[in-house]
Amino acid sequence: MNFRMTFATAARVLRQLHHDKRTIALLFVIPCLLLGLLSWIYEGGFIFDRIGAPLLGVFPFLMMFVVTSVTTLRERTSGTLERLLAMPVGKLDILLGYAFAFGLLAILQSLIVSTLAVYVYDLDVAGPQWFLILIALSNALLGTALGLGASALARTEFQAVQFMPAFVLPQALLCGLIMPIEQLPSILEVIARVLPLTYAIEAMQLVTTEMTPSAEALQDVGIVFGFTVAAILIGAATLRRQTK
Amino acid sequence: MNDAAIIADRVTVIREKNLALNDVSFAITPGKITGLIGPSGSGKTTLMRAIIGAQRISSGKLTVLGRPSGSLELRSRIGYVSQSPAVYADLTVRENLHYFGTIMGVSSRETQKTIRQVDLMPQIDQMAQSLSGGQLARLSLAVALLGGAELLVLDEPTVGLDPVLRRDLWSLFRGLSAEGRTLLISSHVMDEAEQCPELLLLREGRVLLHGTKQQLFKDTRTTSVEAAFLTLVEGGAA
Repeated sequence: MNFRMTFATAARVLRQLHHDKRTIALLFVIPCLLLGLLSWIYEGGFIFDRIGAPLLGVFPFLMMFVVTSVTTLRERTSGTLERLLAMPVGKLDILLGYAFAFGLLAILQSLIVSTLAVYVYDLDVAGPQWFLILIALSNALLGTALGLGASALARTEFQAVQFMPAFVLPQALLCGLIMPIEQLPSILEVIARVLPLTYAIEAMQLVTTEMTPSAEALQDVGIVFGFTVAAILIGAATLRRQTK
Repeated sequence: MNDAAIIADRVTVIREKNLALNDVSFAITPGKITGLIGPSGSGKTTLMRAIIGAQRISSGKLTVLGRPSGSLELRSRIGYVSQSPAVYADLTVRENLHYFGTIMGVSSRETQKTIRQVDLMPQIDQMAQSLSGGQLARLSLAVALLGGAELLVLDEPTVGLDPVLRRDLWSLFRGLSAEGRTLLISSHVMDEAEQCPELLLLREGRVLLHGTKQQLFKDTRTTSVEAAFLTLVEGGAA
C-alpha cells in the first residue's frame, strides 16, 4: 500500500464531488429532512426515540452505497479505471482512496444529522454522541464497500441503482427495525444474523439506552467493520488488470 | 531483433470464442512511428491492449521493452491512450493531470511542461467535460505523456478531428519520436498511414504486411497505402 497514492485518490474523489455541489447538498440535507419528518409523524415520543437512532445508521449506509456504486461504475465505463490499472498503482490504493473520501463525508454527515437529531428533534439518546458517529461511520464504510462490489456486477448506471433495493432492502427488512429479530421465523432469524446491517442496528439500539457503550455494542461495531474489510477485499478481486 | 521495442511471436487472442488475433508475429523498431492500420474490427485495439497488458493473450509470446507484456515494471514505461478519452469529465485539466501525475510519481513542474506540450495552457482551469473533442483528445494524450514513457501506444488519437488539429498532433508525434520514443499509432483511415515511416497492416486478426512504407509501395507496385491495402487483400483472396 502506498499512502501518497491512496490520499491522492481520496483527494481526487473529493474534488470531483466538490464540483458537484448539488450532490453534496442532497447528501447532507435529505437525512436531516427525513429525520425531521419522522419526528413530526410521531410528534417526538418514544417510538421516535426507538427508531430514530437506528435510522441515523441506515442513512449513511444507504447513501454511500448509491454514491459509491455509481461513481465506481462511472470509473469502470469511462476507461479511467483501465487507465489507472495500467499505471503503477495498487488496487487497494484505489479502493482505500474511495473509502477515505466517502468515510470523511460520512463523518460530516453523521455529525450534522446526529447533532440535529439530539438538539433540535430531541431524540433521546443515553450514550455519547461520538459513539453514535462511530456507528454511522462504520455503516457508511459498509455501504461504500458493498457499493464497490455492486458496481462490479452492474453494466450500466441503471443497473447500479437497481442493486440498491436488491442489496439494501432485504437487510433493512430483516435488521430488527421492523420486527425484533428474536421474533422472526427461525430461518429468517438465521439469515438476519449473517447480514451486517443487523449488527449496525443493534449497536444503534444499544446506544439509545446505555450511558457508556457495553462490550456487546462495541462487538457489534467490530463485526460491521469486519464485514467492511471483507467486502473491500472482495471488491479488490473484482478489479481486473487483464480481461480474458 | 532482440532490441526491438515490441516483439510478437505467434500471438493469438481468443475473446468470447472469437479469434481476435490470429497467429500474429512482428517486431517494432524502437524510436520510430509505426502505424497500425486496418479496418474497424481488425483487432487493432485488442493488439494494443495486449501490448499494454490489459488483454490476456491465449497463446504465443509478446515481449514489450524486453519484458513479457503485463509485467509490473512496464506500467511506468508505457503510455496508453484509449479510443475514448479516459479522463475525469468532472475535473479540470489541471486536476486531471495533477492526479495522474501523482500516480506516475511526476513533479508538478513536469506536469506543467506536459500541459504546455499539448497546448492546453489556456484551458488549464476548464472542466474536462466542457472541452472540445480535440482538446479532450490532447488531455488524454497528456496523461499518457506524464512520466516520460519510452513507448506510447495511441489508439486512433486523431479520429474525428479537424485537419488543422490532425496536422498539429502529427507534428507533436514526430517531435516525440525525435526524442527517441517509440510510437505505435492505430488508425482505420488509410491516408493517416502516409504519416508513418513504418506500417503494420492488420485485417481480420492477421498481419497483412509489416515493413517500411517504401517497401510496401515497392512490393505492391502502388503509390498509396489504400491501393496497397487493396492489392494485398485481393492478392490474398485470389
